[in-house]
Amino acid sequence: MTTDAIGGDERFAAGSARVGRVIGQRAAPIAVVVLVVLVAWYVGAVAMNARLQIDAFERQEVAWDRGDLVRATLSQERPLLPAPHQILVEMKKTIIDQKITSKRSLVFHSWVTLSSTLLGFAIGTALGVVLAIGIVHVTTLEKSLMPWVISSQTIPILAIAPMVVVVLGAIGLKGLLPKAIISTYLCFFPVTIGMVKGLRAADSLQLDLMQTYSASRWQTLWMLRWPAALPFLFTSLKVAIAIALVGAIVGELPTGAQAGLGARLLAGSYYGQTIQIWSALLTAAALASLLVTAVGVIERLTLSRMGGRP
Amino acid sequence: MVAMQEQLEARTDAGSGPLVVDVRDLSLTFKTSDGPVYALSHVDLQIAEGDFVSFIGPSGCGKTTMLRVIADLERPTDGQITVNGVSAEEARLNRSYGYVFQAAALYPWRNILRNVTLPLEIMGVPAAERRDRARRYLELVNLAGFEKKFPWQLSGGMQQRASIARALCFDPALLLMDEPFGALDEIVRDHLNEQLLQLWEKTGKTVVFVTHSIPEAVFLSSKIVVMSPRPGRVIDVIHNDLPRQRTLDIRESPAFLSVAHRVRQGLRAGHSYDD
Repeated sequence: MTTDAIGGDERFAAGSARVGRVIGQRAAPIAVVVLVVLVAWYVGAVAMNARLQIDAFERQEVAWDRGDLVRATLSQERPLLPAPHQILVEMKKTIIDQKITSKRSLVFHSWVTLSSTLLGFAIGTALGVVLAIGIVHVTTLEKSLMPWVISSQTIPILAIAPMVVVVLGAIGLKGLLPKAIISTYLCFFPVTIGMVKGLRAADSLQLDLMQTYSASRWQTLWMLRWPAALPFLFTSLKVAIAIALVGAIVGELPTGAQAGLGARLLAGSYYGQTIQIWSALLTAAALASLLVTAVGVIERLTLSRMGGRP
Repeated sequence: MVAMQEQLEARTDAGSGPLVVDVRDLSLTFKTSDGPVYALSHVDLQIAEGDFVSFIGPSGCGKTTMLRVIADLERPTDGQITVNGVSAEEARLNRSYGYVFQAAALYPWRNILRNVTLPLEIMGVPAAERRDRARRYLELVNLAGFEKKFPWQLSGGMQQRASIARALCFDPALLLMDEPFGALDEIVRDHLNEQLLQLWEKTGKTVVFVTHSIPEAVFLSSKIVVMSPRPGRVIDVIHNDLPRQRTLDIRESPAFLSVAHRVRQGLRAGHSYDD
């Protein structure tokens, strides 16, 4: 018991030392990039908001110098381009200070968007996998389905989203499902394409082996094609979950914008609340990277259980 | 009646036990974009139970194709083949042979034990029994203790031994091996040859073995089939009368050298080196 604990501590120590090294190696370049972006952002904010601010100064007939201008451009109520700290203050106000059940809370809106993202992602992944299995096993399906799969993605989602919402609304489906279906529409595609390639990734020797055992098609699928396709699946899933989020946000725009990050974007643009728009945008971006990271973690766990090299 | 007569003749022809593989006037032509390739042309071949038969010949002589025809991985365009008295397809559906490929072809996402249990899983053997059997055969090929390792953690020779255990674990009476040691260095290859011979002694299986190494063919086989390319055909069948119990030292004996000499003669006769 004690030796176990010691072993665990040592492992933990070694692990945290490794984490420390990784941070050391990665932190510096990341910090430089963040710094460059911030500087450019502030310069841009001052430059873009200056015109309006000068007009305002002149209307109010106040004397101003360069320092006043910079300070004022970075603290406007409805700037053309809000400064990073304004967005952060707004995000703190709407994420941390609000109760999460409040309609003003970004956590509440994020959850609304996230739930339809996840539902759409689940349906889209299932659909993508089923289509890929069909395409790999039935040659006529490849010829008949593939053109539809590809042309489906050439239609702008902004054009199709309102129609989906209206049509589903007419048959009584409202709320979560129409948005999820728009996510599905976007995210089944990378899954299908990735899995068609993945399910064909097993080499001819591995397939011959299955034939020598006179394995059924299902056995070959389950014991050979599927595990060989998993690395491809995860690559596709990372793309799919990010665009599922985009689909959910786009799906919220024509619904009358009651809740969700898309609704916040729309409301913000109605009232010229640029800070609100930007904080919703940044929250969506953070949510997307969180989701992609989560898929990455599941990928690592799964593939290492399947004998992947460390 | 005529068929039975033929069967009888075939038996006497082959010498030992009943026929496992019977190939009559078999041809296989691949259609390719630049014309037909005559992979096998009018091949006759009888393999009896308990035989260790080697196909030897230069690359392109159809020896691997012949093995794949026996395994029903390729279909002949002409002629007949029976395996265990039934068609090659039926024999495959009956799971009557184990096949060892040039590369180990282990599934990288399965550990060694689960690679060996794969055929048993497909054949519906209960989990406990298939683990027992896989362990037994891993022991037989000296891989006890490596059950939990993944293929990439094993050397090439060990991987190939695991693939032999996989071919043996459902106990097929016929073992088809396609240059299984071709990619290994000479020392490992010698060692595995010795082990394979012991295994053949112990189990009494019929083995069909493809190689392009003369010493390997002479050392292992009870019967050597010399093949020649363009078109792929059998040019000599040599019965190897060396004692069944052989050690590597036998390769320096005059008897061994004379068999090797005859194989080399056959290869030379069937192969013009100008192409």
